Amino acid sequence: MEWEPVVGLEVHAELRTQSKMFCGCAVVDCTVAEPNTHTCPVCLGMPGSLPVINRRAVDLGLRVALALGCRVAPVSVFARKNYFYPDLPKGYQISQYELPLAAEGVLKILPGEQTRVIRIRRVHLEEDTGKLFHEEKPARSLVDLNRAGVPLLEIVSEPDMHSVEEVKAYATTLRRLLQYLEVNSGDMEKGVIRFEANISLRPKGATELGTRVEIKNLNSFRALTRSMEYEVERQAARLSEGQAIRQETLGWDENAGRTYSQRSKEEAHDYRYFPEPDLPPLEVSPQWLEQIRRTVPELPDALCDRLVSQFGLGRYDAEVLVAERSTAEYFQRAVKTSGAPGRTVAAWLTGDLFGLLNTRNLTLEGRGGEPVLPAEEFGALIRMVSEGRINGPTGKSLLVEMIDTGKTAEVLVSEGSLGQITDEDTLRSAVRKTLVENPGQVASFRGGKTSVIQWLLGQVMKTTGGRANPQTVRKMLEEELARGSKE
Amino acid sequence: MDPLDLSLSQTADALREGALSSRSLTETYARRAEKLDPILHAFLQLEVENALREAAAADERWAVSRKSGNAPGALNGIPIAVKDVLCVRGFRCTAGSRILEGFQPPYTATPVDRLQKSGALILGKTNTDEFAMGSSTENSAYGPTHNPWDVTRVPGGSSGGSAAAVAARMIPAALGSDTGGSIRQPAAYCGVVGLKPSYGRVSRYGLVAFGSSLDCVGTLTRTVEDAAFLLEIMAGYDECDSTSMPSPVPAYRKALLDGPDLRGVRIGIPKEYFLPGIQPDVDRLVREAFGKLQSLGAQLQEISLPSTEFALPVYYLIAPAEASANLARYDGVRFGVRREGDGLWETYNQTRGKGFGSEVKRRIMLGTYALSAGYYDAYYGQAQKVRTLIKAEFEKAFQEVDVIASPVTPATAFRLGEKVDDPLSMYMEDLLTLPASLAGIPGLSVPCGRDSIGLPVGLQLCGPFLGEEKILKVGWAFQQVTRWHLEAPNL
Repeated sequence: MEWEPVVGLEVHAELRTQSKMFCGCAVVDCTVAEPNTHTCPVCLGMPGSLPVINRRAVDLGLRVALALGCRVAPVSVFARKNYFYPDLPKGYQISQYELPLAAEGVLKILPGEQTRVIRIRRVHLEEDTGKLFHEEKPARSLVDLNRAGVPLLEIVSEPDMHSVEEVKAYATTLRRLLQYLEVNSGDMEKGVIRFEANISLRPKGATELGTRVEIKNLNSFRALTRSMEYEVERQAARLSEGQAIRQETLGWDENAGRTYSQRSKEEAHDYRYFPEPDLPPLEVSPQWLEQIRRTVPELPDALCDRLVSQFGLGRYDAEVLVAERSTAEYFQRAVKTSGAPGRTVAAWLTGDLFGLLNTRNLTLEGRGGEPVLPAEEFGALIRMVSEGRINGPTGKSLLVEMIDTGKTAEVLVSEGSLGQITDEDTLRSAVRKTLVENPGQVASFRGGKTSVIQWLLGQVMKTTGGRANPQTVRKMLEEELARGSKE
Repeated sequence: MDPLDLSLSQTADALREGALSSRSLTETYARRAEKLDPILHAFLQLEVENALREAAAADERWAVSRKSGNAPGALNGIPIAVKDVLCVRGFRCTAGSRILEGFQPPYTATPVDRLQKSGALILGKTNTDEFAMGSSTENSAYGPTHNPWDVTRVPGGSSGGSAAAVAARMIPAALGSDTGGSIRQPAAYCGVVGLKPSYGRVSRYGLVAFGSSLDCVGTLTRTVEDAAFLLEIMAGYDECDSTSMPSPVPAYRKALLDGPDLRGVRIGIPKEYFLPGIQPDVDRLVREAFGKLQSLGAQLQEISLPSTEFALPVYYLIAPAEASANLARYDGVRFGVRREGDGLWETYNQTRGKGFGSEVKRRIMLGTYALSAGYYDAYYGQAQKVRTLIKAEFEKAFQEVDVIASPVTPATAFRLGEKVDDPLSMYMEDLLTLPASLAGIPGLSVPCGRDSIGLPVGLQLCGPFLGEEKILKVGWAFQQVTRWHLEAPNL
């Protein structure tokens, strides 16, 4: 029998706020900060401390909700999710349960040729837990509560995905969206986005859902897709043998490449949710929502459409450019300064610049906020080429130097006289010299094989070190060849 | 002049006029507290030396102000006591529990902070039922407090330490907390004034949480004027407590200066509050008090609050449910006492098993059960619905009357040990104070006489939400024509 996977994803995304969800502690990079240095009585859950909602976190949550086309609740309610664990200072996590911030949205994904619409069930705010570190010798566990209380947005999809490709497309599209909205860095290595997958199988064509498992704590796209592949295969094998799937919570062992059981349905936590009495219901007025609506930037799909229509780009190039919001912005800034057609700039960017950056292990953003090559300088280089001040090959070698030296094209040209030879006499003598040295080619041109002119042009370019303007050279070649035949 | 005979307000006047120094005032109270505490055990911590140092500094401020003309805070140099469920930097905060033995909070609760900013100095922390769960202060892990009127009896609870300390004149005033009657009931048992403000009127920041939707910080004082005095300073919005009310704080004390004239004041007497089992003395004295109010011009009318009987079951679902979550943080990981076991879960078991007393465990279990999957709707959910009903009944009643008057408790203080093995009968002590807690409305307990064996009886005055002025006015008027609040136990 052929089995169809049915997958729903829960995505936990840290929100990029200055301070934590319910206290004034700074949100820091927990992979580098000294443990337990960004804590206070509130996020430590000390007796008598009380939470206060971080309005900025709500702003960011609303921005995501709007971008996903959700229905935003005029009143949502925080709730306590109760369980014991050392990384959870209060013994409960403040989350949202019955009345989430927003619900009923959609995310369009492009897993292949065809666009698919994945329904979003709900979007809610909650606080992150701390981190545990287990040591072998001596055998002990340490807890770092810097992360405790960091705002999290949980985005829950409907079980609308049916393949690894769709799951991957959903995860990457959502990550891109969060980056566009500037609510999350998208920095997967830092654990700012984490996944939980609900997976079940059913006979292809069936409409009823099978028994599902939940895989927790998937911290990378790779873990997400590999665990799903593994689980689909495992469940298919069991089902094909006529065995039932146990409803359970699974973990993912990255090294072994397999899932393992954490809790069965019977052992499942009873979180005993109830409304958080320390926080009044969260009211979102139409005015507040309108204010947030104005902060929602152009989203990837719309931007892609615009790049196609406004700059005449191909769909593929446009998709490449919108993969990161910063790339699309870079492109548009470069077009502006270059004065060249968008297609030209796109070719320079995706063809040349990306290649050079790749081989140097660099990114457009560079390191420490300092761009490797500002878009304006990149645009200026393209302008020099399009205005004919330098030729294409020279431009390309200049680009290499710009990246490696950090100097602008203008500076490099003035330093190394890399500019095009504009002196007509110098060019004409180079053309004449080429013709004299290649009598065979000249003869075949005159014999009617006019395409030879392209070869001759190449020769002139070679002898001038690429500094000749190809158009001018072609014109001179035509003139010289025409003159020769008359003589 | 014996400073012990002065009310808080009179003490403030004496200090301002220079008739009394903070140093001598504080010394007098401290010595008395030290002398009586071995008998009463009202305090869990007394910091006499520190208080005397602060008193000297307060005297210094008085001296400076007399030259400069800039008055210091209204409470400058006045010692007060704080129930040991409110965090005060520099003091331990145990909440009467072993699990917080030696815990030193690095912060001060907002209401305490406001009193300190006004110049008050903290003489000590008072005894409480563990995590404020109890009606007799017998649930304190550090031993019970005794009633100053009869040391074989309980002072009530859970603010029994504060009530006993004020009644025994070990302190001019003390802070308490009231979740279901924990200020009003001990105030009645000890013959002092207890004020539970409206929910959210005073910040809960720094108050060790028991039932978060019910917890209120309030006062135990000798006079109603003193309660108004302290409330005025403590009340008001606090950005650290999202449930605190932003409404402006009235000048409560000023409102009292109109004179004991209750003409035009409508007082409702809920018939449901006079239960068949009520102690005859209590019934008589409270009705006499009604007569006094009437003689001051108040109009009395019987009213009905039919949902009163449901207050007890509703309260004992909601408060323990919230408590079960509030007390989850005492896991031995970050603060308080940790008892190591073999592995994480055994450490939890040891820490919590040995750290909590039996009443706390009982309520954690009650609350956990009420919130469990499959039971939530029937218990917690249903309780919330009935709570809404109770609230609505009060709102309706307050369309007809300004204040609701009743006994605070159906009986006077019981004997130590009398009810410890009978939790249900202990819970019944809260019967008449629970409804106001559930409704979030203010309640005042005012001494209105003593029973045949000399134990104090309390009159409860409840007002509409944020209507503290109304009950303070009635309570103050009552004290203008009675002398119960001037009597002190013989110790």
